[in-house]
Amino acid sequence: MPDLLLELFSEEIPARMQAKAADDLRRMVTDKLVAEGLVYEGAKAFATPRRLALTVHGIPARQSDLKTERRGPKLGAADAAVQGFLRATGLKSLDEATIQRDPKGDFYVALIEKPGRDAIDVLAEILPVIIRTFPWPKSMRWGERSAKPGSLSWVRPLHSIIATFGLETEQPDVVKFSVDGIEAGQTTCGHRFMAPAAISVRRFGDYEAKLKAAKVVLDAQARRDIILADANELAFAQGFELVEDQVLADEVAGLVEWPVALMGSFEKEYLSIPDEVIRATIRNNQKCFVVRDPKTGQLTNKFILTANIEASDGGKAIVAGNERVIRARLSDAKFFYETDLKTKLEARLPKFDGIVFHEKLGTQAERIQRIAELAAQIAPMVGADTEKAKRAAHLAKADLLTEVVGEFPELQGLMGKYYALAQGEDAAVAAASEEHYKPQGPTDRVPTDPVSVAVSLADKIDTLVGFWAIDEKPTGSKDPYALRRAALGVIRLVVENKHRIHLEKIVLKAIDGLAPLDDNGSRWIWGYDPNSPLSQKQRDRGVVESLQSLVSNDAALISQLLSFFADRLKVQLREQGARHDLVDAVFALGGQDDLLMVVRRVEALGKFLDTDDGKNLLAGTKRASNILSIEEKKDKRAFDGAPDAGLYKLPEEKALAKAIGQARGEASAAVAKEDFAGAMGAMAKLRPAVDAFFDKVKVNDDEPRVRENRLRLLNEIRAATRAVADFSKIEG
Amino acid sequence: MIPRFHADTVPRAQNPLARLILPMDALPAHMHPERSFQGFILALQRFWAEQSCVILQPYDMEMGAGTFHPATTLRALGPKPWNAAYVQPSRRPKDGRYGENPNRLQHYYQFQVIMKPSPPDLQDLYLKSLAAIGIDSGLHDIRFVEDDWESPTLGAWGLGWECWCDGMEVSQFTYFQQVAGVECAPVAGELTYGLERLAMYVQGVDRVYDLNFNGRDGSARVSYGDVFLQAEQEYSRHNFEHSDSEMLFRQFTMAEEACRKYLDAGWKDGKREAHLMALPAYDQCIKASHVFNLLDARGVISVTERQSYIMRVRDLAKACGEAWIHTEAGRAD
Repeated sequence: MPDLLLELFSEEIPARMQAKAADDLRRMVTDKLVAEGLVYEGAKAFATPRRLALTVHGIPARQSDLKTERRGPKLGAADAAVQGFLRATGLKSLDEATIQRDPKGDFYVALIEKPGRDAIDVLAEILPVIIRTFPWPKSMRWGERSAKPGSLSWVRPLHSIIATFGLETEQPDVVKFSVDGIEAGQTTCGHRFMAPAAISVRRFGDYEAKLKAAKVVLDAQARRDIILADANELAFAQGFELVEDQVLADEVAGLVEWPVALMGSFEKEYLSIPDEVIRATIRNNQKCFVVRDPKTGQLTNKFILTANIEASDGGKAIVAGNERVIRARLSDAKFFYETDLKTKLEARLPKFDGIVFHEKLGTQAERIQRIAELAAQIAPMVGADTEKAKRAAHLAKADLLTEVVGEFPELQGLMGKYYALAQGEDAAVAAASEEHYKPQGPTDRVPTDPVSVAVSLADKIDTLVGFWAIDEKPTGSKDPYALRRAALGVIRLVVENKHRIHLEKIVLKAIDGLAPLDDNGSRWIWGYDPNSPLSQKQRDRGVVESLQSLVSNDAALISQLLSFFADRLKVQLREQGARHDLVDAVFALGGQDDLLMVVRRVEALGKFLDTDDGKNLLAGTKRASNILSIEEKKDKRAFDGAPDAGLYKLPEEKALAKAIGQARGEASAAVAKEDFAGAMGAMAKLRPAVDAFFDKVKVNDDEPRVRENRLRLLNEIRAATRAVADFSKIEG
Repeated sequence: MIPRFHADTVPRAQNPLARLILPMDALPAHMHPERSFQGFILALQRFWAEQSCVILQPYDMEMGAGTFHPATTLRALGPKPWNAAYVQPSRRPKDGRYGENPNRLQHYYQFQVIMKPSPPDLQDLYLKSLAAIGIDSGLHDIRFVEDDWESPTLGAWGLGWECWCDGMEVSQFTYFQQVAGVECAPVAGELTYGLERLAMYVQGVDRVYDLNFNGRDGSARVSYGDVFLQAEQEYSRHNFEHSDSEMLFRQFTMAEEACRKYLDAGWKDGKREAHLMALPAYDQCIKASHVFNLLDARGVISVTERQSYIMRVRDLAKACGEAWIHTEAGRAD
């Protein structure tokens, strides 16, 4: 079956758009083909800085013919109906229609045959539409034709189109179409500088090969592999190693058609700048890789650039030029770094008075104050020194105002650490600058140092409480303040460090920080100067009133936040392969704000339910619950209250009652000792009694008092299991 | 040469490289773009003159970039073809460094090319212009790196690239999509060369003040520093410490009012069909923009006010653009 080759040759396409564009092209063309009944065998798309290309192979040469039947009017229908039928079906007269028998009356049927079209004609129709409707993130008009309305938009000026279609063994045909004056053909160009001449191609095979001969590597993946392999080799040859950077490699692969890696160097004096700053400078601004010494793990004074040409002097001029730029950049970075070191971090803090964190949540200065107070309160719970936690929280954001972080925002925190160490801060205090932003996601490292943990928790909980209070909760896919990530961060900090923390208490403290209680026990917003201009503005906007009503209902705010944590924990455990219904079963007990205990309970419950005792007890409890809910509905009443021992008629009833009493006692004692495995073990002992009860005892006894008593006993089973979890929430 | 693909466009004037650049030895040594800043500028002017651009002289007003020149801002609008090139001194009061930074200047030169409609081989022409100033694309790594251009004060945007030579940004290349709030139809292509930076590259100097200005040696040599260092020091003092803010605030308002006044008065017979005074009105917009830059450098405009000043200048630019497309040079007939 024939293949399609399509190339859209343009001026330089932004690197960041290439991969998606290739994918969009493949998807749009193949979707259209399938919609036209042309099911293909395979497709692959490519992008370079100057071209999008697509090969689709195994397209049927022709659509199949379509036969449709169209039901018409009844025999003897009015002439208007007959004429309408003939017009709609294209029949000349009723003689061409067939008649179908039907008990309700015979009617005319037209058989319409729609012959399939040649695939090449279908392509000539769909390709221009795809080009005109291509979803570039940003597109533009150009040239003479842009004076007219409806002119073509493309990411940058489009120069030529290749569209050929045919069998591998034959000379393919050009798919005949034109878009805004550009005729599809079979000509393209090679590398802009090294092989600019026109190339005539027939199909994908010779297209890719001829491009390669014309110094264009079509496949971005291949370009990336070349870049990394050559860069590694250059570094290795000098006894160094490349600092691999996949994101940079992908970007650079989108900037060149013919990658040529070259190594340059810079003055050793710049190695006094922190490695991360050197790397950010060289990577972000110059798109070059850095190189480290494998013996020390530190950067060396080398970098690797990727040129787009094989230069006539072997790259000397290119290396020299890049070295000049990098030298100038590093000189700036060194200046920034040294300037930053001249100002102590705390001296920067007053500036935060003038920086708004969020218009409803006050300034950065106010926020830092809140975080510091909260961190001090959390400190003892996580084994941190209170004063250090407070100091760390005060300094943790100060680097946001430094020159280096202004230049390279991704170095926030890290620079704070360097500057804190340089001014002689305690190591744990300095580390918190960097660590308190962590963990940034489910795979990021979790800080372990207690000071960092305290500041990190305070930062995240203040954020969560603040945005909750002003009703900026995440909805659906929208989470502009990354609150889900913050909540997951809290969970991981607590659980992975095995800290016992009552979240409810901390959340309440955070609310106190945001809106302190006055003497009358009502909350007032902003523990800060009510005469400050910011507070005045908030007042004008009615922010104070709306916040007042939100935070004055502490209980609602706390319970919403706790269930948000529960949701995040569920997601987290589910991703680790745990059963999320067990999380529900534990949270349903109420008052579960100690995340570590929740996780332990879930683990113990999971293990228990894997045993036969667990499965049977769950089945028994569910059976009891089902019977109860049916009978409760029937009688429109609950069967709570202790059973009457005097009404037990059968030994199994007495045995069950005894077992429940015993299991409950043991389980509660074990839970009190936080021995959840023990609690589950105690529950396991219930199983034979429950099984025997259901075996031998008919719950719905004819004697109403006995029936009621037995129902109460069932209720006791349900109640007893609640010592460990709400079994009704467990699936299965 | 890269072949052209637009079947429907007539190839631009045939201009093989040999004809448009004098062989290097035909030029006196002191005029070589690699040796002399002025020779460098002349080479660019000569190149673009060969592309049938009108070579203009700098506009006689202070402005932040060559784009502000009415030959770009206003001429980019309307359907009439327009090809021009010129040097424009650019004033960036905030970028002054008292002459102490090797690359930062509060006054520098931009070389500006505008071609409307953008020719199909504009990239090619650009590369040839680099060859004309001594940058060989077989030796240097020249790249077109994404850069979307937007000027909030001009109400303008376009797509294009920053052009890199061996990792250094040497030019801006933009296809204007909208200027002064008006859609460009047809689209103009704009090239902006940072002259000092490029000249430093071809002369191989690391400090702008070390550029050889006139290409001479010994006592006849005049450096960029000889010409501009004192000016950088004086203007830095002026821009950061001494400019008269009160006067500037008044000037801003005066320019704004005058611009509006001229625009109102310019509508022929009071009907919004033909405009007779778009250029003088636009001068006042340029004025307001520069005064704003001076105030900004002086640090007397707060973050929140800043936005509103930018909006005020943009409103003027838009009104001027609207007037321009109703003038002789800006309209269709």
